[in-house]
Amino acid sequence: MSEQHSTSKFMQNGVVKWIEHRMPIFSFIDHSVGSGYPAPKNLSYWWNFGSLAGLALIIMIVSGIVLAMHYTPHTTLAFNSVERIMRDVNGGWLIRYLHMNGGSFFFFAVFIHIFRGLYFGSYKYPRELLWIIGVLILLAMMATAFMGYVLPWGQMSYWGATVITNLFSAVPWVGDSIVTLLWGGFVVDNPTLNRFFSLHYLMPFVILGLVIVHIWALHTFGSNNPTGVDVKGPQDTIPFHPYFTIKDLYGMGVFLLIFCFFVFFAPNYFGEADNYIPANPLATPPHIVPEWYFLPFYAILRAFTNDFVLYWPISWLMTAKLAGVIAMFGSVILLALVPWLDTSKVRSARFRPVYKWFFWIFVLDWLVLGLVGAHPPEGAWVLIGQISTAYYFAHLLVILPILGVIERPLALPESISASVTQPAE
Amino acid sequence: MSDTASTPPSAEIDEQTRRDFLLVSTATVGAVGTALSLWPFINSLNPAADTLALATTEVNLAPIKEGQSITVVWQGKPVFIRHRTAAEIEQAKKDDAAALPDPAKDADRVKKADWLIMVGVCTHLGCIPLGQKEGEPKGEFGGWFCPCHGSHYDTSGRIRKGPAPQNLHVPSYEFTSDTQVVIG
Amino acid sequence: MMKPTIKTAFAAFVTAAAVSAVVLGTAPAQAAGNVATPAVQDWSFKGLFGTFDRASAQRGYKVYKEVCSACHSLNLIKFRNLQDLGFSEAQVKALAAEYEIQDGPNDDGEMFTRKRTPSDPLPAPFANEKAAAAANNGKAPPDLSLITKARAQGGDSVIKVSLKHPGGFTLGADYVYALLTGYGEPPAGVEVPDGGNYNKYFPGGVIAMASPLAADAVEFSDGTKATVAQMAHDVTMFLSWAAEPELEARKRLGVKVMLFLLVLTGMLFALKRKIWSDIH
Repeated sequence: MSEQHSTSKFMQNGVVKWIEHRMPIFSFIDHSVGSGYPAPKNLSYWWNFGSLAGLALIIMIVSGIVLAMHYTPHTTLAFNSVERIMRDVNGGWLIRYLHMNGGSFFFFAVFIHIFRGLYFGSYKYPRELLWIIGVLILLAMMATAFMGYVLPWGQMSYWGATVITNLFSAVPWVGDSIVTLLWGGFVVDNPTLNRFFSLHYLMPFVILGLVIVHIWALHTFGSNNPTGVDVKGPQDTIPFHPYFTIKDLYGMGVFLLIFCFFVFFAPNYFGEADNYIPANPLATPPHIVPEWYFLPFYAILRAFTNDFVLYWPISWLMTAKLAGVIAMFGSVILLALVPWLDTSKVRSARFRPVYKWFFWIFVLDWLVLGLVGAHPPEGAWVLIGQISTAYYFAHLLVILPILGVIERPLALPESISASVTQPAE
Repeated sequence: MSDTASTPPSAEIDEQTRRDFLLVSTATVGAVGTALSLWPFINSLNPAADTLALATTEVNLAPIKEGQSITVVWQGKPVFIRHRTAAEIEQAKKDDAAALPDPAKDADRVKKADWLIMVGVCTHLGCIPLGQKEGEPKGEFGGWFCPCHGSHYDTSGRIRKGPAPQNLHVPSYEFTSDTQVVIG
Repeated sequence: MMKPTIKTAFAAFVTAAAVSAVVLGTAPAQAAGNVATPAVQDWSFKGLFGTFDRASAQRGYKVYKEVCSACHSLNLIKFRNLQDLGFSEAQVKALAAEYEIQDGPNDDGEMFTRKRTPSDPLPAPFANEKAAAAANNGKAPPDLSLITKARAQGGDSVIKVSLKHPGGFTLGADYVYALLTGYGEPPAGVEVPDGGNYNKYFPGGVIAMASPLAADAVEFSDGTKATVAQMAHDVTMFLSWAAEPELEARKRLGVKVMLFLLVLTGMLFALKRKIWSDIH
């Protein structure tokens, strides 16, 4: 390999050798994202979204640290301190819009990353732990995003915080005490805002830690690939650097182009108009909607708030509220169990003719749930929400286990190289 | 993937050069872009527009009697305004000829000889010198005395003795009328 | 080998989009109720290179000052901001000095009033929100600093609205303009209670604010005729600026950033092709 040549030249350098001997950081980097890390040679552009999520995390942390220097976490000052950032701080509008839209693009990249994993079976042996850590990252992101959305102290901030913290009141017996504890008062108020700010600043570093563990787990067995067939030998791989470093960088260029379009020309596209009205604890907006990335989960939560509970065959404690809360958290946590719910021996949907279709129906179901979440729970939306919620769980709990047993997969290629050289499929 | 040991034919060298050129130019553009994108974050730490808008302070001098001093806040810093006595002015002018660590003529440090206006921050390490109020030590030269490290300033605010390297700074100011001054 | 995946993905997204479109199409009927959709106006600040029409915004400030400011505050705007609209420093100083503000305490511990300076905010009509509510039948007139950002078709989700009007990122301004010009006689069957006014663009149709603009309510110094439509247009221009004073700087920088990223991404693509050429 020609790249090894240049790497070793670098490694001959005196300073490099001195450091390397005491702390082998250069070989560590080389084995993580350098020429010393072999990656399957057939990775498609769907594999770009991991590094894109990483880029989004960096954008969020950098812009967030600067925003925190200008922001004031107090109910009487928070809204105006954000507007001061927008109007008076040098380039403050840019940093704030980067942060605001960065959240959306972080979730966008992560969602595609997750669906990519689901399509190509990236969660299967031996990558179950890698997948579970990924689900933990998603949960941490959701908590961070929720608390961050409260900070501008607009109407949607305030009422979103009220509605979501009230979810915990569904916990039997101790629910109300938990909610009081979360609030630090009798309603969402200054103590709540202060602790959310503290945690919102802390959580990204927790996410960063989880990401490092996620990458560590990834490097133990290396990336899955579009065929889902294990790497059989060096002929199936190419060095990560330069092949995938340049591919990831190119992906980042495209990602930044789209991201910057929204930041500069439609910065409030993903936002809610009501959050430009200062929080008013005495007036609820007519229509409380979370940020778009929470909409599917919000739809699952609300699917249980209607008569649906009557058909729920569990003890008297199971109120509609509790069922909704359990379903919402369950919908995320269940993802962690997918490695065991999916009973198929074949990883990639490319060789699973039936699963392929169910996968896309699942994607569609998820999009419909998002639409349901965006609408008030009236009319047909209630029923659509309940059906798509039922389907969400049916896919994970029923379809995945059964399909793995009854589906007849296509013949797998002998190796990655064989699949590349054969023009078939 | 050719072996690097063998000599590549000229077409391949060409290809190699072109690739290296593309690599270097892309890396340069990328590095410039990254550096430029850091600027807004750094620049956001500079004073904001609302901070800059408060950069001037207007002071009414009418109530200050001869021999009195007041301290006003300008840009968050104390500004000493002293209505000097004839004796102080005399002394300050006489000292133009003295050995000064930071030579400056008294005439260049005031716009009207009666009014001495300076930033009341010691040029050594930023303490606030004493001498504004009656009874405070004024130092060996009858002006101001910084208690932190013992710097003595004269009646024109010039450093005469002690570790401070410069005279007390004179802010830009303007008399809008006989008794009205705008600092900044 | 990648193509079939993309094809399937594409097919699925098209299906999803089609379903969404159908579902969305049914939405306005229920969500909108008896609210009319504001017409899309041709604002000067639209588009990649849009800017605020200074003359119009200056006239709009006059409308705000002489009409709106009787009830509505504009708390986030300082007099110094008006320089953005083309007022000179001296003009801004003079405009500010027309009003007084309480300051203090002075060295005697007393509060005092002084003339406003450019760093002071525009004066608010009421001392606080409670006073504003008390003077207006219990509901305080909203602050207008962010009104065009805080109203996207009467509180509809921005995402939903912009799906219906792709590229229509000025819906708040369209709404404010429509509301100011949308007063009229209620249609049969709509009951307007005492102290209410019918406005077809206001959610619910009944708004506490009486029609604020009447022809020739203000006199424009540039000779523009003060029709209701003209004043509504100008004041909306002014309020759009007040809500997004960074808009012009944002778009200017945006064009540069996009061009730079296009070049960089193009180069990265070329380099990617070059590096990968020995694989395929």
